[in-house]
Amino acid sequence: MDLYEYQGKNLLRQFGIETLEGTVARSPEEAKKAAEQFGGTVAVKAQVLTGGRGKAGGIKVVHDPADAEEAARQILGMDIKGHEVRQVLVEAGAAIASEMYLSITVDRAEKKPLILFSTEGGVDIEEVAETKPEALVKIHVDPLLGLLPYEVRELTFSAGLEGDVAKAVGKTLQNLYKAFTESDASLVEINPLVTTEDGRVLALDAKVTVDNSSLFRHQNIAELHDVEAADPEEQRALEAGLQYVKLDGDVGILGNGAGLVMSTLDVVAQAGGEPANFCDVGGGANAEKISEALDIVTSNRQVKSVLFNIFGGITRGDEVARGLLGALERSEINLPIVVRLDGTNAEEGRQILSENTPENVYTEETMLDAARKAVELAHNGRG
Amino acid sequence: MAILVDNATRLVVQGITGREGKFHTGRMLESGTNVVAGVTPGKGGQEYEGVPIFNTMEEAVKETGANASVIFVPAAFSADAIFEALDFDIRTVCCITEGVPVHDMMKVTNYLRIKDATLIGPNCPGLLSPGKANVSIMPDSIFTPGNVGVVSRSGTLTYQIVNELTQRGIGQTTAVGIGGDPIIGTNFIEILEKFEEDPETECAVMLGEIGGNAEQLAAEYVQSEMKTPVVAYIAGFTAPEGKTMGHAGAIVSGGESTAEAKSEALRRAGIRAATNPSEVAELVAEALDESS
Repeated sequence: MDLYEYQGKNLLRQFGIETLEGTVARSPEEAKKAAEQFGGTVAVKAQVLTGGRGKAGGIKVVHDPADAEEAARQILGMDIKGHEVRQVLVEAGAAIASEMYLSITVDRAEKKPLILFSTEGGVDIEEVAETKPEALVKIHVDPLLGLLPYEVRELTFSAGLEGDVAKAVGKTLQNLYKAFTESDASLVEINPLVTTEDGRVLALDAKVTVDNSSLFRHQNIAELHDVEAADPEEQRALEAGLQYVKLDGDVGILGNGAGLVMSTLDVVAQAGGEPANFCDVGGGANAEKISEALDIVTSNRQVKSVLFNIFGGITRGDEVARGLLGALERSEINLPIVVRLDGTNAEEGRQILSENTPENVYTEETMLDAARKAVELAHNGRG
Repeated sequence: MAILVDNATRLVVQGITGREGKFHTGRMLESGTNVVAGVTPGKGGQEYEGVPIFNTMEEAVKETGANASVIFVPAAFSADAIFEALDFDIRTVCCITEGVPVHDMMKVTNYLRIKDATLIGPNCPGLLSPGKANVSIMPDSIFTPGNVGVVSRSGTLTYQIVNELTQRGIGQTTAVGIGGDPIIGTNFIEILEKFEEDPETECAVMLGEIGGNAEQLAAEYVQSEMKTPVVAYIAGFTAPEGKTMGHAGAIVSGGESTAEAKSEALRRAGIRAATNPSEVAELVAEALDESS
């Protein structure tokens, strides 16, 4: 689960990391009021769950409240990579002396938290890694021991930091590691981490991603989920306990098991089609769950045909077929549906389907044939 | 021969009295697996399908000589169950549970470094050596004994491919679902090593997907260390960046995590790669023909 910048900063502040003063505004008037309150220079920053907002014009630095109001008017409603801006963060200004980069991620191959630090801040860190690898300090932390004091020193010394700045950055790192572990984050990134002319170390930006699997023990973070910003179909699937991702194509896809569904998407693309979504209905043949999944997939108006790819394992093919029939009875879907059923008792399942299904349901034996059929039907449906 | 689980496996089911635990214990027993014990704190002294239940792993191991465990406890308690199994010298631990927090798994997997044990999973279908032991939630009816080893990050994709192998008369030594999470106990390389050492495994199948770089690491290993032919398949070419595709670990986050980057690594290593699941069985048949 990704947090907005202001949510991430609220979280980091709880762990003792300093940020600038800021207020969230949902209208130009609110932005003006916030700017008046801070006085002087303020930054007006789009709050969206995607990167690249600076380049998209989603961040403006202004010098008086009237300009803050105008900046917010321009930014609110903006579309940044498909995300509508519905709120801005108005932040007080600061006299910046230097910019650095600090992040902690989960290194999957090493199975450890990975700290990245650079004195080259405010830029794309992957670019730094490529063009100036010596400017990047990397430390793997043993999660059983936690971040050790010598590791903090190693980082500040190898980055060439001295005196109070070294101390303040070290303290920030310790606080950030605490935030990372205690919030079950998979990413905490401060870019830039700045030093100010009056000697403070501040997080000017904050990107925080919290592991979805840990939300059961972080009710306060789970509550930050922005239902309004979520795609309506994805939100509905989430509530129904289905794994669903919306895509741009017109072939709706359902199946059981993440790998099989991902593979189905690929095979549809190979057959010249464009998948409209990813939807994993999980194991079993619960008619209610299948019909809910079918409803969600077909509520996307772009969908012209549906491919249902199911492998009967412990739940046998004949049970799957009956579940699917039950699901079709509950919903009123007129779109063509291609069913590809394989696995245990697949033949019995296909038999049941061919004897009982309405005209809009086609059965195929192989994934490739099913994909081709679904793509053909989608093309016909485009008219 | 088989890898990790076989006729010598003495299995304990952790969380045997839960809905999933009960259901799959019944199935594992039906496949002839030697299930010697169950553990559910507070239910010690009871029995399920003739299997004695203990309060702790310590008792279960002491009383029954269990050497393998399969875990069905809820995600919030899974790490604790794994630690308990490791501390009482279980050699093969398989955690089926989905949704175990990543930070819990980082602790578990780093603890594992000082233990002489193998952890499979979490978020996996388990492992099955046809005719010998079923330590899984996989449908054993689609398997048949033979000489192909299967290792996979996905459940149903494994079933699909095992089913096609079996239909062609190609049997399996062991199928291992290593799990779909970002941090898992055992990755492709460790399983491929075991297949390479196993005299009966004549061909290995590796089923990968988007996220991480385990496939690239495995490709390098196959090229430099393996004589056994390997057939691979990668899922997720159409996955958009930044979206979790069902498995918590299946997410494109740039660079090495894409399906293209993984296939490219397979190609560079000279590994036979299928473009769709059905082609896997064909390529396996080809590889077996060539090596015989």
